[in-house]
Amino acid sequence: MGAELQKTSLHELHLGAGARMGGFAGWDMPLSYAGTLAEHHAVRTAAGVFDVSHMGQIEIRGDRAPAFLQAMLTNNIEKIAPGEGQYTLLLDESGGVIDDLIAYDRGDDHLLVVNASNAGACLQWLSGHAPAGVTVTDRSMETAMIALQGVDWKRLLSAIGAGQATLDLDYFHFGRDELAGSEAMVARTGYTGEPGVEVLVPWDAGPAIWAALMNVADPPEPAGLVARDTLRLEMGYPLHGNDIDLERTPLDARLGWACDLDTDFMAVEVLRARRDEGVAERLCSFKLTERGIPRRGQDVLAGGEICGTVTSGSLSPTLDVGIGMAYVRPEVAEPGTEIAIDIRGSIKGAEVRKAPLVDTSPRKG
Amino acid sequence: MAQAESYPEDLKYHREHDWVRVEDSEAVFGVTWYAQDNLGEVVYFDPPDAGTAISAEGTYGELESVKAVSDIYAPIGGEVVAVNDAVVKRPELVNEDPYGEGWLIRVKIADPSQLDGLMAPAAYRDYLAGL
Repeated sequence: MGAELQKTSLHELHLGAGARMGGFAGWDMPLSYAGTLAEHHAVRTAAGVFDVSHMGQIEIRGDRAPAFLQAMLTNNIEKIAPGEGQYTLLLDESGGVIDDLIAYDRGDDHLLVVNASNAGACLQWLSGHAPAGVTVTDRSMETAMIALQGVDWKRLLSAIGAGQATLDLDYFHFGRDELAGSEAMVARTGYTGEPGVEVLVPWDAGPAIWAALMNVADPPEPAGLVARDTLRLEMGYPLHGNDIDLERTPLDARLGWACDLDTDFMAVEVLRARRDEGVAERLCSFKLTERGIPRRGQDVLAGGEICGTVTSGSLSPTLDVGIGMAYVRPEVAEPGTEIAIDIRGSIKGAEVRKAPLVDTSPRKG
Repeated sequence: MAQAESYPEDLKYHREHDWVRVEDSEAVFGVTWYAQDNLGEVVYFDPPDAGTAISAEGTYGELESVKAVSDIYAPIGGEVVAVNDAVVKRPELVNEDPYGEGWLIRVKIADPSQLDGLMAPAAYRDYLAGL
């Protein structure tokens, strides 16, 4: 076994709640509590709460920080004002995705929230490219992060002290507030497709936020990483390491909307060429038309021939059918295309679908 | 939710965490409490067809949780005479009642002497303690 797993400040609370724990990106994290299906449904119909303190937080500061981020990140950072966040990508020289992340403009600095599995790579890459006058600081071990997701989020957050300005935040906007006695950054973001917030507080304040939420009448359902994965998969949100990685550009993954090719950033010429030439394979979402659960690495067939590979697959708890994401030839990636998945030798019918696969939106409520 | 951990006295156990209940010339197969607990919520059961001949130690189907796939091993050989369609429709029965409503298949026993190679409950508990 490798090095000992890291623990978030909420670790004891998870054990006390009877969570099934597992290693993820070097962290000992809750995989599920009452059960993935119940957790998933709670988020889709009421509210769930996730410990996402394993995610990385990187602070970028200095007069030249905006220009530096414009040169490092694919999206146009000038389009956001203080109090706003933006989904964006960090690429290497060949246009491969080092990570997908959210950049928050805090006025006097920017905060990048990155995937736990890539926090070290992001930090190394950004530090290595930062010019004089830009400081890159890892805040990951100082920051607890809790995601409250689902239509009930306003009632719950209000009950632990959120003010009206926080409850009125627009999607991808953030503000400061005092929650359960702690100064908090509250962002209207998430990874479930439901409305809700991600709350960032000092490391030691994490347990108090969690406990306060669990003490509200009709509390949110504690939800683990497995439910987080089924929720994001129903929305067609890519997961780095599965659906995007160093071998694929954002355009292959249909993330062109997060790349402003009129700005100048790392590997922009690779993306411009890819745009002009077209991609060889494109990421799509799909849904089985018969019983079965697709899994990562399985072949996708069209017209009886292999035309791609599953990158993520699971049962959709909402739809009660197998769903997934796959890279396939561009003509196969069109919604409505009939495909099949080779599930350990059993050929199961499927259909390419436009994401999201479920009828919901994080902008509602 | 699942019942408390138990290993009924009237069953014999296989090291891949399968149980067998002998009923005259037939046997009922399922997975143990330990197996379902390890797998987590079962969301899919892919059964064999009735009439299929399965051999001892061979896999005869699959159980899947949201995140994992688990092969199911035949403790003894035989011909499949029935499949528990209730589990096909409601796979969570494997978690709720692994030795009752969560049974998986019924077979016509090919060779009763194969039962001798299986573990009694106490031996299976000892085996689990050593894992």
